[in-house]
Amino acid sequence: MPNKLAVTGAKAVAIAMKQINPDVVAAYPITPQTPIVQYYADFVADGLVDTVMVPVESEHSAMSAVVGSAAAGARTMTATAANGLALMTEIVYIAASYRLPVVMPIVNRALSGPINIHCDHSDAMLVRDSGWLQLFCEDHQEAYDMTLIATKISEKDDVLLPTMVNLDGFITSHGVDIFEPLDDGIVKDFVGKWEPKYPLLNIEKPVTLGSLDLFDYYYEHHMQQEAAMKKAYELLPEVFEEFEKISGRKYDFLDLYKMEDAEYVMVVLNSTASTAKYVVDELRDKGIKAGLLKPWVFTPFPKKEIKEALNGKKAVVVLDRAMSFGKEAPLYSLVKSALYDAEQKPKMGSYIYGLGGRDVTTHQLHDAFEDAINDKLELNEQKYLGLRD
Amino acid sequence: MPLNIKQLVDYVDKNDWPFTQGHRLCPGCNAPMVAKWATLTAKALGYEPVVGAATGCLEVSTTIYPFTAWNVPYIHNAFENVAATITGAEAAYRSLVNRGKVDNKKVKFIAFAGDGGTYDIGLQALSGAIERGHDFVYVLYDNEGYMNTGNQRSGSTPTGADSTTEPVGKAKAGKLQFKKSIVDIIAGHEGVYAATASTSEPMDFMKKMEKALEFEGPAFIAVLAPCVRFWRIPESSGPEMTKLAVETKYWPLWEYFMGEYKVTKKPRNFKPVSDYVTKLGRFNKLLKRDDSAEVIEEMQKYVNAKWDRLLALEEISKDKPLRTKI
Repeated sequence: MPNKLAVTGAKAVAIAMKQINPDVVAAYPITPQTPIVQYYADFVADGLVDTVMVPVESEHSAMSAVVGSAAAGARTMTATAANGLALMTEIVYIAASYRLPVVMPIVNRALSGPINIHCDHSDAMLVRDSGWLQLFCEDHQEAYDMTLIATKISEKDDVLLPTMVNLDGFITSHGVDIFEPLDDGIVKDFVGKWEPKYPLLNIEKPVTLGSLDLFDYYYEHHMQQEAAMKKAYELLPEVFEEFEKISGRKYDFLDLYKMEDAEYVMVVLNSTASTAKYVVDELRDKGIKAGLLKPWVFTPFPKKEIKEALNGKKAVVVLDRAMSFGKEAPLYSLVKSALYDAEQKPKMGSYIYGLGGRDVTTHQLHDAFEDAINDKLELNEQKYLGLRD
Repeated sequence: MPLNIKQLVDYVDKNDWPFTQGHRLCPGCNAPMVAKWATLTAKALGYEPVVGAATGCLEVSTTIYPFTAWNVPYIHNAFENVAATITGAEAAYRSLVNRGKVDNKKVKFIAFAGDGGTYDIGLQALSGAIERGHDFVYVLYDNEGYMNTGNQRSGSTPTGADSTTEPVGKAKAGKLQFKKSIVDIIAGHEGVYAATASTSEPMDFMKKMEKALEFEGPAFIAVLAPCVRFWRIPESSGPEMTKLAVETKYWPLWEYFMGEYKVTKKPRNFKPVSDYVTKLGRFNKLLKRDDSAEVIEEMQKYVNAKWDRLLALEEISKDKPLRTKI
């Protein structure tokens, strides 16, 4: 691999998948995810990987085939977006409850209706309670790196939970940017071999998977999923550390930008963090102590880390690229709840932005910061950035 | 090599049944016969069956955690996706064998589903799986309704049968539509082995199961398998009723192989379809209506035409396969 490649985010993810070379990839096309599976199909057609690819007839069948394949004992991946994820949702929950370590890049896109093919996070928020780990990526490098990290954390013995790797539709998936891939051999060693404990294909020891789980066990099985989620929270730092050793790139639950002495903090997911970092720099040039907090890990939600990072700050603005109709926006409500027992609670404001791919400008982010700086935040009022009158 | 009785006896003498007793299906239910015969045929022929099941009576009654009636690998995913699930497992098997991670052990993938999960909600996944040419056998136990939710109509429910979502009432004679001809739909995929079978003809079913297992591609068998509760028939009479279904042309036994049709049982004399309808309690309400004779007459015309059509298809397709590969 060359040291640096200038490609689309979709291709960066496809390259990570190629280096992992999973046993099975089952997929159905949907904009803006399609290029990931197209690149992957090319790799298969050209013999660069020996993955068995199953080009199914719907996302529902993609996730169903993924469950069959992962249960059989194969390292299995798929990718989707928006309505594709919505169609999968029934089986997304089942994959997590069967403890199948599947990795699925999600190219974030607005959910219908009305139909819209552009970026927001309503798809990821739809499945936030499905039992999958959810990682979020600012750019191509992170999308590539997190695909590798996802494979590692999902397959940890005590975790065995599937992981979604979120990247912004078009902005990251279709935009060209430079990233540094690792050598094939290094990736191969990092992800290692997948050795399932109770595969369906073990004829000598037949397993029954997907039993009817009535009132006498269902509850306990859900508690086991919760325990696995806690274990993922415990083990993620180890995986990040291992990844740093092979790449020099340091990840954590939270990406903290100029947060040390920050007084006014913006919290935002994915690619908008790049714009926010630029705005933070502009404010810093004016002598305003601005900072940015970007969660890399959304599920399990790093409540403790967020409290530590935001305790004592003057004001925090949380930007959500999804709405939770009739309730507080998803990221805002979680950050707010993380600060419930903080000793020095900051003032807080909730901002919706960029729905359905609406352009996000530095001016908008400045507006949110201005409210924070001028003490104009309303704890229980949702505001809208870039909304036309 | 056709499977014979001796092989079956030898197998059950020396081995555990792949599908065992202890499940909680209703007394007289025909679904366990289907599951038992299908898996037994596979085992007796030296295959290793890996089973998938759609949500339905067979699934809920055989795997109540922490118990299982399955002595072979088994997976249930959801209602509409057993075909996709089992093809995922089949793809995994191919991949893992290629990569030397799993031994090539004559593993065969068998999916079981009822009519709701096949004719209706599961049709898309099944069609996709067949079109992609996966190597699996799909066994439909057709009891003509959503039975474990309490006898609702499905795409397989026959005209005039009483069901809770299209009951026979004063204004309407229950379901007015005919049932879907599912095997014709499957045959429309062309590169497939498809057949009908009945619980009254176990040897015919096992012979077809053998062909389905040998076929390196998608295979489908629809087995008429009564739900004694909602068909309102005596517990011991399931096979007797399906025998009548065959003898009245209601459920002809035939098969399709890559374009060629074959009728596998041609009774010398047929009984009128009313012989079948009047035996099943689920038609009682219909029979009390003034228009019952007309409904039965329609049914008779339909089954006659269907039979003639099958014979014609057999004739014109003989030695003329549509395809030589999937």
